[in-house]
Amino acid sequence: MSQRLFVKGNEAVAMAAIEAGCRYYFGYPITPQSDIPEYLSRELPKLNGEFIQAESEVGAINMLLGASATGVRAMTSSSSPGISLKQEGISYMAGSELPGVIVNISRSGPGLGGIDASQADYWQSVKGGGHGGYHIVVLAPASVQEMYDLTMLAFDLADIYRTPVMVLADSVVGQMKEALVPNPRPVTILPEKAWRVRGRREGTEQMIVKSLFLGDGELEAHNWKLHGKYDVMKENECRQELFMADDAQLVIAAFGSVARIAKTAILMARDAGMKVGLLRPITLFPFPTKAFQEVTLRCKKILDIELNNGQMVDDVRLSVARDAEVYFYGRPPGAGSLPVPEELFEQIKKHY
Amino acid sequence: MPQVFKRPVSLKDVPTHFCPGCQHGTIHRLVAEAMDEFGVRERTIGVASVGCSVFLYGYFDVDVVEAPHGRAPAVATGVKRARPDSFVFTYQGDGDLAAIGTAEIIHAANRGEDITVIFVNNTTYGMTGGQMAPTTMVGQKTSTSPYGRDRAKDGSPIRMAELLAQLGGVAFSARVAVNTPKNLMDAKKQIMNAFRYQVEGKGFSFIEALSTCPTAWGVTPIQANERIGGELIEYFPLGVYKDTAQWKPRIAPPAPVEQPGARAFPEFMNEI
Repeated sequence: MSQRLFVKGNEAVAMAAIEAGCRYYFGYPITPQSDIPEYLSRELPKLNGEFIQAESEVGAINMLLGASATGVRAMTSSSSPGISLKQEGISYMAGSELPGVIVNISRSGPGLGGIDASQADYWQSVKGGGHGGYHIVVLAPASVQEMYDLTMLAFDLADIYRTPVMVLADSVVGQMKEALVPNPRPVTILPEKAWRVRGRREGTEQMIVKSLFLGDGELEAHNWKLHGKYDVMKENECRQELFMADDAQLVIAAFGSVARIAKTAILMARDAGMKVGLLRPITLFPFPTKAFQEVTLRCKKILDIELNNGQMVDDVRLSVARDAEVYFYGRPPGAGSLPVPEELFEQIKKHY
Repeated sequence: MPQVFKRPVSLKDVPTHFCPGCQHGTIHRLVAEAMDEFGVRERTIGVASVGCSVFLYGYFDVDVVEAPHGRAPAVATGVKRARPDSFVFTYQGDGDLAAIGTAEIIHAANRGEDITVIFVNNTTYGMTGGQMAPTTMVGQKTSTSPYGRDRAKDGSPIRMAELLAQLGGVAFSARVAVNTPKNLMDAKKQIMNAFRYQVEGKGFSFIEALSTCPTAWGVTPIQANERIGGELIEYFPLGVYKDTAQWKPRIAPPAPVEQPGARAFPEFMNEI
């Protein structure tokens, strides 16, 4: 029988990173993610790993870039304002096709904003974030168990696609404690990291990890290659959870912590005899477009709920069948703005 | 007949893109010679910066990671920590290292990362067309200081070799020039000294090399070389600013912090 633990979401991320074979962490303190560097500063030295509290988020993401270029599994974590600082490095990693895991326990903004739960980093995460027109894989856990499982998946996807992968959560998922089954690292067939820098020994090629392409046509070809990878991800890596959606007359679209609240509201609606379900994207990029197409072949009402003023709803509208109606309910993040189930139930009644 | 002069094996047999009279090529050669002499080419990972030095991988026959502008010391930190058996150097210009990358250089140096930084100071942003750099001389006209650098508005040129020598993690810091055969031979010696620290695992080493940029300065190569020997060396004196092998601690080092998997730091790092 496997062990069952009672741990915080942030700690589950750190535990999963270690189980996934990550031995290099670079970070900088920021609420509400500091449990991650605290845990790893204690545990990594015991495993002959390296923990560096960097001079800044900029420093940390570039240390990740350097470590990753040598072929090791490495990670950084932060929260929204710090993730903004990391965007330069994330763009370079995407351009250089470097794997790496970036955890964003996001907080409210813009600017210094607040430390409350927020989903206002959706656009920044899935639409590139930095300069140059790229994507990274974005995973959105909604429980402590998923914080663990998706962090491990993040390392595999990063290695398979040679891309940065972001785990996007918020303080609700990061700070709460829940039961966790710390599953062992899955056996995944991973490509050999033939591209890594290791020192040019006799008989080996010079390895260059770079994102600069100045030759005629080189950069265009490089971008086509990157976007070809994104097409493969869209085909193979979309993940979502369907909850009571089979017979639903109205399906709620929500991710992360808000999907948890929506589930309670859905049960309230079911008690009242209303057929309501949930479609929860787990991968925000690639966005589960097909799942929305399939659901809206039958169910013509989608209620998108977010802890922001409406971001994912753009992708929902682009994904649903043409005759489906998409409604939106959201609250900008901040102290006291986390919706309660009763509030979402009212929205269900309004649109059902 | 014995061959007395040849291309270092660490350097590729290709012409450089540098302008006539630019000393990047000379400095590249000295770095490559030092790499050959220590026999580290096969375990070297270079970190390229942004600016004229970005094509490092085109000239050095070693593995290279390209860093964002100013971030080379952070990238090198990640490389060296992940692969402590590799020989890691960065090669950065003055805009890269002394302006946008000040946080990264100061903290990599202060942590005593076991890397070598080659800092090429030509008092201007060469690649972008000769704008004012943090090392631009007071009064020097550039494309963004058309009336000359004004100390009251723009501050004074930063002396990085002296600044970094203050930090506990720095094992070696020196400023060199390649404007005369004598200075060039001394530059080679100091680059060798800097490399020796890393080869022996003794901490962070730093070389500031004064260099010409005749194109951005708007002068001939000969005039550019004369400027190094005159105005520049006067403000940026050549010499060794820290050499911990020659250094006796003023106070007894505190006991090292006990922790699992601790790195063996050189003793001097314990001095504050």
